Amino acid sequence: MPPTPVRELELDLDAFEGPFDLLLTLLLKEALEPREVDVSGIVLAFVERLAGTDELDLEACGEFLVLVSALLELKARALFPDEAAELADLEPEQAAEELARRLAEYRRMKEAAAWLAERLASERDRWFRLGPAPLAPRGERRLAPQDPAALAAVLRALGAPPPNVSLAHMALRFPPVSQFLERFRALLARRRLFDFDAEVRELSRIEQAVAFLALLELRKSGEIALSQAAPFAPIRVSSSDDERTRTWTARSA
Amino acid sequence: MDSPLRLIAPNPVDRLARTVEALLVVASTPLSAAELAEAAQDEPERVETAVGLLAERYSEPRSGIVLEHVAGGYAFRASRDEAEACARLFERPVERGLSPAALETLAIVAYLGPCSRPEVARIRGVAADSAVASLVERGLIAEAGRESGPGGAVRYRTTPLFERVFGLESLAALPRLDDLAEDADALRERLLEVASARAS
Repeated sequence: MPPTPVRELELDLDAFEGPFDLLLTLLLKEALEPREVDVSGIVLAFVERLAGTDELDLEACGEFLVLVSALLELKARALFPDEAAELADLEPEQAAEELARRLAEYRRMKEAAAWLAERLASERDRWFRLGPAPLAPRGERRLAPQDPAALAAVLRALGAPPPNVSLAHMALRFPPVSQFLERFRALLARRRLFDFDAEVRELSRIEQAVAFLALLELRKSGEIALSQAAPFAPIRVSSSDDERTRTWTARSA
Repeated sequence: MDSPLRLIAPNPVDRLARTVEALLVVASTPLSAAELAEAAQDEPERVETAVGLLAERYSEPRSGIVLEHVAGGYAFRASRDEAEACARLFERPVERGLSPAALETLAIVAYLGPCSRPEVARIRGVAADSAVASLVERGLIAEAGRESGPGGAVRYRTTPLFERVFGLESLAALPRLDDLAEDADALRERLLEVASARAS
């Protein structure tokens, strides 16, 4: 099945539900406020769809990046007050007043800059030493009066070698892989197919890990075939002869 | 004849003046009376008297070294008469090539600081990013906290180096803004004149 274009990405956001291109159209027509659109929700929907496909469609990713960055720009602009619009909302007299106030402010700063430039020129013959900020004279750190005997006791305590730390609690017991090899072989002798997760459910985490190693060993030696419907779905184990027979049957049919 | 390097008589204030003189020689930035008093382990008032004594001794055109009150403290500088010789030995990287945009930005930060880049941009009408970066690099302005609220912009203020380069005792020595340019009323009248001239 060909991947659906980014524009048709189905969205389910608080402010909008429908395809991505409709959302963009509504935004451009100003029928929807950009500040109400949860962009992270769109990114999440796209990433979820990416995870569902086998191949990475770089073209779709590129298109998505362009569209989402345009959307972010729209949203960022909407989040900041628009100065021109603020002025447009004012009455003509108020706008003139505001403009004059801003111009006067800028003019004063321009004059101040001119004054600084003049000052700089007149101070050009003042030479002085430049360096890092001075180290402020630091007050002496005063210690409380100390008892030499107490000090010696503390030093003695520090000098004593620390007790050996027991690592007994950290010992891990690994059951032999061969134990599980035997167990799985016996299982397959009895049944055509078994569910790995169901088999090891009762075991400890370490035992489960060793059981999985045994499974990989059997797969490597070609004794079994493994199948899994989706990531994290139960792992189904069958004997490889059985798998071969089924493939053959399917082909010949 | 008075010589600037004459040994000072062992009067208590003269003794303190020698200490202050030594401290100012080793300091590379201006020292306030309080800092001098702490280092000399003496009273700030007596330090001020000692500084007065030194200022008289180290004054133009009497000495090649001049004591000045600048950037909220006291510092030695070279006599203006010796500026040419100094210029042959060193260059002045801090103020070299300050653009008009940087000077405007500096004026805004000096008068309205601490203020943020967006504020500077709002007054100047153009982005202030490169001007602010250049002033920070020269050490004339420095970061001074952020605007309140989440994601508040960084605010800037002028540094003591700014006051020193421009020879100001403090920011209060800047001329009053109202004295620098015509006020908003005059400007508004001129705007209205221009507008009515266009309309007619």
